[in-house]
Amino acid sequence: MRATTRVYWRLLVAGFRRQSRYRLAALGGLVANSTFGLLKVVILFATVRAGGGAVEGYDVGLMSAYVWISQGLLGSVNLSGRSEMAERVKSGDVAVDFLRPVDVQGAAIATEVGRSLFNLLPRGLPAVLIGALVVGMAMPTHPAPYLLGAVSLLLGIVVAGATVYLIAALGFWLVDTRGLQIFYLAVSGFLAGLFVPIPLFPAWLEALAHATPFPAMLQYPVDVITARVDLAASLGLVGAQLAWLLVIGGLGQLLTRAGRRHLEVQGG
Amino acid sequence: MEPIIQMTGLGRDFHVRERLRRRKVVAVDDLTVGVEPGEAVGYIGANGAGKSTTIKMLTGILVPTRGEVRTCGLHPVRERRRLARQVGVVFGQRSQLWWDLPVQESFRILAAVHALTGEAERARTGELVEQLEMADFLTTPVRQLSLGQRMRAEVAAALLHSPRLVILDEPTIGLDVLSKQRLREFLVAERRLHGTTLLLTTHDMGDVERLCDRVLVIDRGRLAYDGDLPGLSRTVGAERVLVVDLSEPVPDLLDVPGTRHLASEGHGLRQRLAFDAEATTAARVLADVSRRAEVRDLAVEEPDIEDVVRRIYAARR
Repeated sequence: MRATTRVYWRLLVAGFRRQSRYRLAALGGLVANSTFGLLKVVILFATVRAGGGAVEGYDVGLMSAYVWISQGLLGSVNLSGRSEMAERVKSGDVAVDFLRPVDVQGAAIATEVGRSLFNLLPRGLPAVLIGALVVGMAMPTHPAPYLLGAVSLLLGIVVAGATVYLIAALGFWLVDTRGLQIFYLAVSGFLAGLFVPIPLFPAWLEALAHATPFPAMLQYPVDVITARVDLAASLGLVGAQLAWLLVIGGLGQLLTRAGRRHLEVQGG
Repeated sequence: MEPIIQMTGLGRDFHVRERLRRRKVVAVDDLTVGVEPGEAVGYIGANGAGKSTTIKMLTGILVPTRGEVRTCGLHPVRERRRLARQVGVVFGQRSQLWWDLPVQESFRILAAVHALTGEAERARTGELVEQLEMADFLTTPVRQLSLGQRMRAEVAAALLHSPRLVILDEPTIGLDVLSKQRLREFLVAERRLHGTTLLLTTHDMGDVERLCDRVLVIDRGRLAYDGDLPGLSRTVGAERVLVVDLSEPVPDLLDVPGTRHLASEGHGLRQRLAFDAEATTAARVLADVSRRAEVRDLAVEEPDIEDVVRRIYAARR
């Protein structure tokens, strides 16, 4: 058990270190995320003001916190659908992964999570800091939302990693999953609550969003950290994240097992 | 002792889509081969003959269409992870190192993957770094290595967990002469020291000659030859070549019994005679040549294995 933990921890750290080699790219990401953040501030603040100072419980301070935390998470929560695993399935390098005494799904997600965690440093924290300094935001004053928020944030990252893995695993049949990745990109941001907070959706769309794992990637962690919902509700959100992780993780196991029998490694 | 590899009637088909039709391609068919622990086996054949497909089935990457395979006594697909602890694989065309990390970082990750203890990791890494002369580039990111350096690191990565069976798919592809030489010397030493079983595919016959005591030739998915190297030459009747340097120019030696004149250089100062080792001997040929001219120096060339394989193909087609 200890040895097993060590393996995935080591892979996670490797993902973290690998990502740390691309600092200039991270800076570019930060600039893009912050610019887009300012744009969101302009539009969403106008919405709040048009609603007489609050919309669905969002006042200006909470809206700002939502904008900057969600922008900060963009570098860490995989909403693009792309993954190294998808590349490896397509190129056939995944054969090498199957030659190791590890769970291929676990290894892929650990690597992905490691990369995501690194991105919190050059992209996540600075984005929130920029927002706090330039625009200002309302944040909780007691520690509970932050502690639970850290757990929720991590779960959001892992749920996204596990979902993106599903796309990659479909590559065992499709080989090239770019079409699926683009589909994921098209729906994920919207349903995760990246552009507009989910509570602002029309009721039917909100219900639809909650029936997908996307809010568990972004909206829920933001809700927990900003204490938009109370502690009991926050615990409920974290529970929902865990449930999604179990379902998606289990599905990934099944796809990997079935896909492996289908795998025809390309070339060489 | 239980064979380390046992294939029985092993076969694999692929379905290739051509426009709207699906065509079945038999990549490997009816392969029955056993390999004993400690053997060093060269697995040779033309491109597309089925070498890589076989290796993928041996290691559990590819599910066979027919037949059975046991590697290290295990079922490669069902017991993939247990098998992975006992097998090391080098794919010359694919990397198992982490492209953007220093070489030693890859070794550390792999040591964790194979659950090596701290002491075992240090000892084995030290041994490999020394024997493969990797000390100079341990801290270099993999993407900055030369091909020769990378292949050495790849081999080390595959052997880090001291596997009982090492499978090398084109390990010397693209390497210069010196790098090839180094790698072969390492593999010979590794085998002598640890009794490791080797299975290697290659287009480089030098690899087979230097490393292997048994040769399997695969042709269009089927086993065409199984035996030692000299036996292979005998089977296809490959000729050896006697090269003689003469003290003065002599007309082409066309009438030496049991030989075929191949070429002359320097107006007949050096002549090359092919002979069938079954029909005559080098000594008899030399005696016949000496009767016609004074021999200053001589060399006997072994058959070119590539030529041998080509002959096998030709004979079977």
